[in-house]
Amino acid sequence: MALTRRTVTTAIGLFLLAAIPPVSAALGQPFYVDLFTRIMIFAIAALSLDLILGYGGLVSFGHAAYLGIGAYSVGILNFYGINDGFIQFGVAIGVSALAAFLIGAISLRTSGVYFIMITLAFGQMIYFLGVSVNTYGGDDGLNIRTHSDFAKLLDLDDPGTLYFLVLAVLTLFLLLGYRIVESRFGMVIRGAKSNERRMAAIGFPTFRYKLAAFVISGAMCGVAGALLANLTLFVSPSIMHWTRSGEIMIMVILGGMGSLFGPVVGAVAYLVLEHTLSGVTAHWQVILGPILILVVLFAKRGIIGLVAGAQAEAGRG
Amino acid sequence: MQPLLVLEQALNGLQIGVMLFLMAAGLTLVFGIMNLINLAHGSLYMIGAYLCAWVFQTTGSFLLGIAAALLGALIVGIAIELVVFRALYRRDHLDQLLATFGLILFFNEMVRILWGSTALYAAVPGFLAGQVEILPGAPYPAYRLAIIIVGLLVAMLLYLLVTRTRVGMLIRAGASNRVMVGALGINIQLLYTLVFGLGASLAALSGLMAGPIFTVESGMGDGVLILAFVVIVIGGIGSIRGAFVASVLVGVVDTLGRAFLRPLLATVLSPVTADNAGPALASMLIYILMATVLFFRPQGLFPPRGR
Repeated sequence: MALTRRTVTTAIGLFLLAAIPPVSAALGQPFYVDLFTRIMIFAIAALSLDLILGYGGLVSFGHAAYLGIGAYSVGILNFYGINDGFIQFGVAIGVSALAAFLIGAISLRTSGVYFIMITLAFGQMIYFLGVSVNTYGGDDGLNIRTHSDFAKLLDLDDPGTLYFLVLAVLTLFLLLGYRIVESRFGMVIRGAKSNERRMAAIGFPTFRYKLAAFVISGAMCGVAGALLANLTLFVSPSIMHWTRSGEIMIMVILGGMGSLFGPVVGAVAYLVLEHTLSGVTAHWQVILGPILILVVLFAKRGIIGLVAGAQAEAGRG
Repeated sequence: MQPLLVLEQALNGLQIGVMLFLMAAGLTLVFGIMNLINLAHGSLYMIGAYLCAWVFQTTGSFLLGIAAALLGALIVGIAIELVVFRALYRRDHLDQLLATFGLILFFNEMVRILWGSTALYAAVPGFLAGQVEILPGAPYPAYRLAIIIVGLLVAMLLYLLVTRTRVGMLIRAGASNRVMVGALGINIQLLYTLVFGLGASLAALSGLMAGPIFTVESGMGDGVLILAFVVIVIGGIGSIRGAFVASVLVGVVDTLGRAFLRPLLATVLSPVTADNAGPALASMLIYILMATVLFFRPQGLFPPRGR
């Protein structure tokens, strides 16, 4: 990884995130630790979507489903008294990867707008599954009694520990993301985005490559869900609602897709904006909506495009 | 399971189906002709429901309510077409999704500002209250029957408009090949605005009829929007005929599934399992239907020709 503007931006960003707990403690505002834990969790979700959206051109409009699957994995295991974090996160990864495999295997047969719609439909399907299974709370949601227990290694009851766990996962996924998009595998995905027919013609089974990317993305988002369950100690179907998928997508676009740190910036911008506006007026959505429209119409490359320059465009075909 | 109950539920399914069709028709035309995904279509449905319920409440005239809803949605529809969508036609679907998502946030909140966050009460108009005996010994609410009749009537008019008139010919031509229609000297921009206004009014009609049956509240259009998407994807994007067939299919399958899946499962499974699995499966049924259709026919049941 060369010392480019992009890596410098990423490093500065991560450093600023690491500075949040001590600063908010010094200011006597521990609330910001919770806010930024939440922001980073959504940053992970947005990052996972960006892998297939920004690099693969796959507009998955049901990504909140994996967030929900991850969160429910923790919730349901906790419901049966299994609190071991390794098991919980393992199950979260496994089940969301499996779901992504099944959904991807069907959805990737279609393309364009049909792909958007079918991923949306699968997302809603899993949402309604959550709503109607009353054993796990149905519409009302499920309370989680304790945090994931990592064999006494980590004490997630402490907000600071949870914060740094989330930051560590985010950093790990950023590194993993760089490795993936720069690898041969990533090149095939990006090639398939630019011209799928040509990639197929030179002999790459693009369907299998795209499916693999879809599964990786789903599993990463599942981890975000498991972390979210640990933050809120509560899980309800509303985290899988299609508007949530839309929000995750907005974070990616707002920050700048096809640049791994872009979604992180987008998540910070979106949730800080939401937090600030909701402090000003209860009707903050009436301001946020037009802002989104303006961003789409006038700032195509997202925030990272302004900060990190043209390199951030590398992933766009 | 009595046959009368099945008949009643099938009629309910048909009623949901025609309401879905009114939504889906506008959506599929806008997509077929302008290649635009409009998430804000549900907002027009909501605006129709609010305007009708509000005008009916304040003036006491349901007909005035209908007029206000259709006209209001038409104006709002044309306004957002001119302000937002004109800039979006040449953008990719992703940009369209986001901009129209922004519109949803705006309209949902605007409705809360104007009418408060509690649901608005929408009454059934006096002349449609009560029951009608459709078969000897089988009463059915007159209002729901009226919805079915209005829905079928509008569907027929729309069919005639699309297949028998000059405007309809242009609409069909636009769905097959937009560029060529423009090259032949047709004012495609005007056609866009016209089709969009038509779609907006149809959505409002669906919404105003839904008012007395469901609740009139902020975000009421979002769920219907997703169902309408399922419908146009099953039917084949751009096809009015496909939208009609798929609407009725989705309406009937969904309603019958919710009504009879649990008792049906209870005959084979234990009651507790059926209680859990029945509603879950019923609410997932149409999405399973959609996935199945797309698996075998990735372009839907009636794919448009020439594209």
